[in-house]
Amino acid sequence: MMTTNLTSKKPFELDWKRTLFWGSVCALSQVFICLVGLPSELNRRILIESTLSLGYLFILWIPLVFGYVVSKMVELEGVENPKPGAADLLSGALTGLLGSLGLVLLMLGIDNLDMRDPLINWNQKLFRLLTFENSISFGSLVWIPVGVGLGTIGASLHQMSGQIRKMSAYAMFGLFSFAVLEDVIDDLSEGFRLEWLSDMIYAKKGGMTVTSAIVLAIVLALLPLITRGKFKKTVDRYRSDAKPENQRRNSVVLFSTVAVLVIVLPWFLGGIINELLANVGLFLLLALGLNIVVGLAGLLDLGYVAFFAVGGYTTAVLTSPNSPWFSPETHFGISLLVVVVMATLAGLLIGAPVIRMRGDYLAIVTLGFGEIIRLLFLSDWLKPYLGGSQGITNVPAIDLGPWEVRGADPRSVFYMVLVFCVFAIYISWRLQGSRLGRAWMAIREDESVAEVMGINTVNSKLMAFVVGAVLAAFSGAVLAAKVGSVFPKSFEILVSIIILVVVIVGGMGSITGVMVGSLVLIGILGGPRQPGLLQEFQNFKLLIYGALLVFMMLKRPEGLVPTARRTRELHQEEYLQDAWLGDDESEDREEVGEQL
Amino acid sequence: MTETALLEFRSVNTHYGAVHILKDVDLAIYPGEMVCLLGGNASGKSTTLKTLLGMVTPTSGEVLLDGEVVNDKPTSYRVINGVTMVPENRRLFKRLTVKENLELGAYLRNDTEGIEEDLENIYELFPRVKERLSQKAGTLSGGEQQMVAIGRALMSRPRVLLMDEPSMGLAPALVQQNFELIQQIHEEGMAIFMVEQNANMALSIADRGWVLQTGRVVLDDTAEALLANPELRSSYLGES
Repeated sequence: MMTTNLTSKKPFELDWKRTLFWGSVCALSQVFICLVGLPSELNRRILIESTLSLGYLFILWIPLVFGYVVSKMVELEGVENPKPGAADLLSGALTGLLGSLGLVLLMLGIDNLDMRDPLINWNQKLFRLLTFENSISFGSLVWIPVGVGLGTIGASLHQMSGQIRKMSAYAMFGLFSFAVLEDVIDDLSEGFRLEWLSDMIYAKKGGMTVTSAIVLAIVLALLPLITRGKFKKTVDRYRSDAKPENQRRNSVVLFSTVAVLVIVLPWFLGGIINELLANVGLFLLLALGLNIVVGLAGLLDLGYVAFFAVGGYTTAVLTSPNSPWFSPETHFGISLLVVVVMATLAGLLIGAPVIRMRGDYLAIVTLGFGEIIRLLFLSDWLKPYLGGSQGITNVPAIDLGPWEVRGADPRSVFYMVLVFCVFAIYISWRLQGSRLGRAWMAIREDESVAEVMGINTVNSKLMAFVVGAVLAAFSGAVLAAKVGSVFPKSFEILVSIIILVVVIVGGMGSITGVMVGSLVLIGILGGPRQPGLLQEFQNFKLLIYGALLVFMMLKRPEGLVPTARRTRELHQEEYLQDAWLGDDESEDREEVGEQL
Repeated sequence: MTETALLEFRSVNTHYGAVHILKDVDLAIYPGEMVCLLGGNASGKSTTLKTLLGMVTPTSGEVLLDGEVVNDKPTSYRVINGVTMVPENRRLFKRLTVKENLELGAYLRNDTEGIEEDLENIYELFPRVKERLSQKAGTLSGGEQQMVAIGRALMSRPRVLLMDEPSMGLAPALVQQNFELIQQIHEEGMAIFMVEQNANMALSIADRGWVLQTGRVVLDDTAEALLANPELRSSYLGES
């Protein structure tokens, strides 16, 4: 029906229903973001000196995105009339306008009504931010043209040629990264003795200077013109290189580059960034373990934090002089052996009773077990042994002869975690191709049939639990030595959930995906208790995690860096979706297959 | 017959909790034979297969494999000793490739060369499967999936194939083709135990058959005799 309407579309005939719908969604999103408090909270973080703060950016990106969405939708619906025209621009502008009207209403509302009771951010701070410390009419005069403008720009992204779109995308994202990553770049330039560079880009009080922003934007926009997709071609060539010996060589080159970077770079980085990398490493270790349990064996374990806690507590009891009951004060190396044993036992103990459950049931029961373990550590019953809510303090640094790994020196912690991560990556990689890995994948796909194939499903599933448990326990052991203490509250349920989000967002079953996932989520947003690069987001971390999860599930369920397997699946299904429903079309499908 | 049965039930009883499923069932499958098990819904056909494979343990009676009581032996033991099932609706590992599906069929085997050899045999039997090796099993057509399912089962070098409703969910044109395929495998010496709704078709290619009714074997005869049996004709072949 829609398509027939659109074929007879006149240049300025609008799809009113759609535009109104997306316009209202745009307005609601803007009001929501304001009321959640993102703009007020993030207003302190300056991106471009005296022009733009992160707070304002959070309102401004919405009309841009919805302008793009509304024009894209029209284009998609009108398959027979895909030519973008003025109507799309107009609907983009209207969407932006509606969004701004939402903000105007919000200003009027704050001025006239008092709703601070349920809505904390319904306050003067937000009002001053929206009105630019001026009057409502001034604010409206600014917001309306800005909204219309951004909506139009968003919509016009469809009308531009690919080249221009690419250039503007480079400029926008590049500029955003430069502004947001100010701390890292500062830190890096200090390490490389290039302070003059960061002094040139950034203003004294934080944020980029206007001049450097403009210069950088131009440079970044020219970048795709200069490279002309050479980079992408190289990557493609690397990927499609069919000769096995070449592929081997490529992998070795790639691997050594990454290895050298990871080993050398920390020497040039300051304490804050190294601390961050150490946290990324700790969570990567956890995520790699969970990736085996969830990604390979398909067992949705929501109580994964239990094994993390077992590792931490075992190390604390064995190495700390403050352990209340049993305090052998052994070396970290010896305690690590005990950690392996304890984690295996914990994996078997928790695994054995729940392993017969499937799917949702398994998730719920493991969720319960995770909480039980935490409550045990917290309980008065075990207080004489494990310290209850006081935890165990004074866990010593790891003594490695000439070196010492302690929390005050994050670089050493990073290297320590790196060793464990390399071990975990190697194990995961070897397991994936192994017989056991094959059995896990079969169980993930169809447990009963896996049993028919002769796979011992109970043992294989227990193995997945145990391998995951040991990796998590390593992470807990290093955490105990890093922080110097363990408390039950470090092992709350949120840890399990955040690790699961890391695995899902990165790409289930993909080792590279998990690495990218932890770098992006833990590194930039931060872990449950660990601040990330964007420390301002501390209070909104969970909101962003949730939004990201929903977005990924809808738009990119295979994760940021999917396994080759998943990509192939999604591509094939697109053209084969209907074909295998009935076999009569099999001839047609064969032709399609050959064409591709 | 004097030779040892490949698979045998001796007055097998099974329960799911308090529910009595199989009641004193006696069955025997001899090497190289094609037999079929008929029965309506909830007559215990699937339980029979699961008991043969060791996924359900009988509460009394004996399951014998080559004359040996295997009641307590796991599924893997029976797979190693030549019993394999092609599950109902094929149930391939949909997100794994066709090749991986086939290789999983040989999960319990360690002889790499033998596996390669058997893979080649399957490509010969199903040239279309060879074209699809790196494709996801879930993206194949119904007929191709059936080929992969049978190929996967053959990868364990079975002596008897248990087939659970092989024609279910297949397009009518494929049902015939599928039965021809089964017959072809059978002619190469494979014993086949088939559970089937399509009684007419199944009996026309089988040697013997049983009819199961609420867990009890009510008829046990040669295929021709069963086809001619008026009672069976009325209840299973839809003739009055």
